[in-house]
Amino acid sequence: MPTAIEIYQLLPKTNCGDCGVPTCLAFAMKLAQGQASLEDCPHVTEEAAAALSDASAPPMATVTIGTGDKAVEVGGETVLFRHDEKFHHPCGLAMTLDSDLPTEELAEKAKQLGELEFERVGNMIGLDLLAVRDAGDGSFAEAAKTVAEAGGLPLALLSEDTEAMKAALEHVGDGKPLIYAATADNLDDMAHLAKQHSCPLAVKADGLEALAELSERAMDAGLEDIVLDGQPKTMGDTVQQQTIIRRAALNQKFKPLSFPTICFTDAETTEMKVLQAINCIAKYAGIVAVDFEDPTLVLPLVTERLNIYTDPQKPPQIDQGVYEVGEPTEESPVLVTTNFSLTYFLVEGDVSATKVPTWIVVVDTEGTSVLTAWANEAFTGEIIAKVVNECGIEDKVSHRNLVLPGGVAVLSGKLEEESGWKVTVGPEESSGIPSFYNEQGFK
Amino acid sequence: MSFEMPVENWRASITQVTIGATEQDGGTRERAITIGGAATLPFLAFEGETPRPIIAMEVLDEQPEGWPEPLVEAFSDVYGDPAAWAQKCVEEYGADMICLRLVSADPDETNASPDELAEHVKAVLEAVGVPLIIWGCGNYDKDNEMWPIVSQAAAGERVILASAEEDNYKTIAACALADKHVVLNESPLDINIQKQVSILLSDVGVKPENIVLYEVTGGLGYGIEYAFSILERTRLAGLGGDKMLSAPMLSVVGSEAWKVKEARLPEEEAPEWGPQVPRSILWEAATALTFLNAGTDILVMWHPEAVKLVRQATEDLFTSGNGF
Ligand code: B12
Ligand code: SF4
Repeated sequence: MPTAIEIYQLLPKTNCGDCGVPTCLAFAMKLAQGQASLEDCPHVTEEAAAALSDASAPPMATVTIGTGDKAVEVGGETVLFRHDEKFHHPCGLAMTLDSDLPTEELAEKAKQLGELEFERVGNMIGLDLLAVRDAGDGSFAEAAKTVAEAGGLPLALLSEDTEAMKAALEHVGDGKPLIYAATADNLDDMAHLAKQHSCPLAVKADGLEALAELSERAMDAGLEDIVLDGQPKTMGDTVQQQTIIRRAALNQKFKPLSFPTICFTDAETTEMKVLQAINCIAKYAGIVAVDFEDPTLVLPLVTERLNIYTDPQKPPQIDQGVYEVGEPTEESPVLVTTNFSLTYFLVEGDVSATKVPTWIVVVDTEGTSVLTAWANEAFTGEIIAKVVNECGIEDKVSHRNLVLPGGVAVLSGKLEEESGWKVTVGPEESSGIPSFYNEQGFK
Repeated sequence: MSFEMPVENWRASITQVTIGATEQDGGTRERAITIGGAATLPFLAFEGETPRPIIAMEVLDEQPEGWPEPLVEAFSDVYGDPAAWAQKCVEEYGADMICLRLVSADPDETNASPDELAEHVKAVLEAVGVPLIIWGCGNYDKDNEMWPIVSQAAAGERVILASAEEDNYKTIAACALADKHVVLNESPLDINIQKQVSILLSDVGVKPENIVLYEVTGGLGYGIEYAFSILERTRLAGLGGDKMLSAPMLSVVGSEAWKVKEARLPEEEAPEWGPQVPRSILWEAATALTFLNAGTDILVMWHPEAVKLVRQATEDLFTSGNGF
C-alpha cells in the first residue's frame, strides 16, 4: 500500500469535500489506512486510479499450479522476516522423475511419491508436486501423462524443447502444470504455450539481470503467472539471489522480480542435496525440487517447511478437555499435558504406539509447551487440578491415578494435594512413554 | 525497467570477540579464534562481510547415558575420558573449538567436587590446543560454588564461561573478569531478557568484546522456528546499532537435535522414516544450517558426520558461482 503522501500527490488537491472528508489529504490518510475506497472521490483521474490500484496491488504475485483440491499456491509473500507478520504460502516441494524410466516403473514411483505422507502436529504432509524431466528421447509427453495419472499431484514439466512441451501439454495441459522453462531462446514459443493452456510459466536465466529481462518479456507477452529461476550455482548464490528477489519485490516493487521462485538441488551426494533444500526453504524459495532416491529424506524438508511457515503470532493449539487414544475404559491410564499442538500430538503419537487405550487431559496453556507453560505459570498444580476436577474425567474412570510429564515433576506434590488424585511422574520425553507403560504394567 | 540492487545500509557491524589466548597473550592455546564482525545478514556477500561460522564439538566429562547408536559408534571409545574425547574431536574431526560440558557437576547425579571438575578442565586444556567453551551443569548453587575454582584452572585462556542468566550472572561475571574469560549471555528465547543480561553484565564491568549471546535453542521440528526468529531479530537489532545486542551468537545444536525422536529412533521402530543414518545426522546438520541462516556465529555440535556436512555446506555458502 502506498503512503498517504504518495496517494495525496495523485489526488486533485481541490479539497472540495465531495468524498465526505474535508480535505484531499485527510482522504488520502483514510485511504492509506484502508478506511475509505478510491471510488469515494468522484474527481480522481483515470491515470491516478490506475497508478493507485497498481501501487496497492500485492507486492508479489501468487501463482497457482494444478487444479482442484491438490492445487498449490506459491508466492504472495508480504514480508522479509517471518516475525514481521508471517509467511503465507509454504514453499511447494517437488520430486523430480526422469521421463526415460520404463513406463511401469515411472507409474509405480509416481504413485508412491503421490502417496508419501508424514504425520506432523496432527497434519498429514508430503510432496506437493511431481516434476517430470525431459530425457530428450521422445518419451516426455507419455511420461508426463503417466506421472499425472499415477501420482495425482500437480506437475512441473521440465523441458526447454518447445515441441516436446507442446506434445506434453496436449496430454496434461488441463491440469495447469508449471511449464519449466522459458529461456532467452525459446521464450516466445513457451509464452504462447503457457497462454494457450493457461499455465504458469517459469523463466530461467543465468543471473538476475538476465532473469529480470526475461521475466519482463514474459509479462509483455501477457503472462501474469510467472515463476523465477536465476540458476544459482552455489548455496551462497541461492541465499543472495533469493534475498535480492524478495527485497526487489517488496521494497522496490520491481515488477519483473515480483514472483515466486523455483530452486533445484544438484549436489553430488544425497545428504548435500537435503541441505541444499533446507537452505532454500529457510531462505524464501517458492518451490524446491529435489531429486534424491530415498523418499523418506523428504521428512526433514517437510518439517523445516512446517516450522518456517507457522504463524509466529499464534502457536497452533487444540481445545482444553479430555481426549481419547484408542477406546479407553474406566481402567485406562490418564495422562495430562498442555494444549500446544506440537506437544499434544507428540504425546498422542507415542501413546498410540503403545496400543494401550488412554485418556489424555489437555490443559489450556495458550498453546505453550510443557516447560514454557510451567515457566509462565500456566501449568501449575492448581491449574491442572482444576482442569482434572472439572473436565469430567472423574466420571470416566474408576481409579484416581494421573501421569504427569517428567519435565514438571516438581508439580506433583501440589497437584496431589489440590486434586486428590495420586500422581505418577512420567518420563521427560514422550518417546519414553512406551517403556514407561511397560514398567507400570499399563495394558 | 532497469534493475537496481536492493542494498541495505546497516548502521553497525557485530562486535568481534576473541576466544582463546596464545602464549603471547598469556594463555597456552595454539591459536585464538576471533568471531563476530558480521556487517550484514548471513551470506549476503553483495552487501558486506559474513565471518566464517565456527564449529565447537561438545565433550561431556562423563559417560553419557541413553545415547542413540550413531553417537555411541562415534564416541564410545573415548567415553569417560574428556581429554581423549576432546583430542579425537580436534584431531580426527577437525573441531575449531571444544565445548566441555561439566555434567558430572550435577548435584543430583555424580556431584563431582569443584577440584575434580577443575581437573577435567585442565586435562582438556592440556590435551588440545584449540579454544574452549566451559559449560556448567545448570544447577545455580553448584555452578556458583564451582566457578571460582574451575575458572581459575583456566585462567588467562580466554575460554567462554557458560552461562550467565538473568537470575544468576554475578559469580560467573566476577570469575570472567578475574581470570580474563568471555561470558555467554543466555536467555530463554526472549530478546528483552537477552538485552537485560547484557546490561547487567556491563554494569558489573564485563566489556562488550567479552560477551557472546546464546538464545536457548530448539531442534528441527521442536521449536526451531522460535529460535530462528529470535536469532534474526537479535541480529537485526545488532546491525541496527543496539550495542547490547550486537555480540556474536552461539547455538546449541547437537543436544537439541539428538533429543528428538526423528534422530533417536532406529529404522525398526520407525520404518516410515527410513534408515537412522543418514536421517539422524541430517537432523543435526539441518538444524545447524537453519541457525546459520539466522545469523549464528558458533555452532555447538555432536556428530562428526553432521559436522562434516555443515562444513561442506558452509564452504558452498561462501562460494560465489554466477552471482547475479
Ligand atoms: C520454543 C520455546 C519457547 C517459545 C514458545 C513455544 C511454545 N508454543 O510453547 C517462546 C519463545 C514463546 C518461549 C517463551 C518463553 N519461554 Co520458552 N522455550 C522454548 C523451547 C526452545 C522449546 C519448547 C518446545 O516447543 N518444546 C517442544 C515441546 C513438544 O516440548 P514439551 O511440551 O515439553 O513436550 C515434551 C515433553 O514435555 C513430553 N511430554 C509432554 N507432555 C507430556 C505428558 C506426559 C504424561 C509425559 C509422560 C510426557 C510429556 O513429551 C514432549 C516431547 O518430548 C524451550 C527450550 C527447549 N529446547 O526445550 C524453552 C523453555 C521451555 N522456555 C523457557 C522459558 C523460561 C520461557 C519464558 C518464561 C521466557 C520469558 N521470561 O519470556 C517464556 C514464557 C512464555 C510466555 N511469556 O508466554 C524455559 C523453561 C525454564 C525451565 N525449564 O525452568 C526453557 C526450558 C528454556 C530454558 N532452558 O530456559 N519459549
Ligand atoms: S472528493 Fe476528491 S477532490 Fe474532493 S476533497 Fe475528496 S479527495 Fe479531494
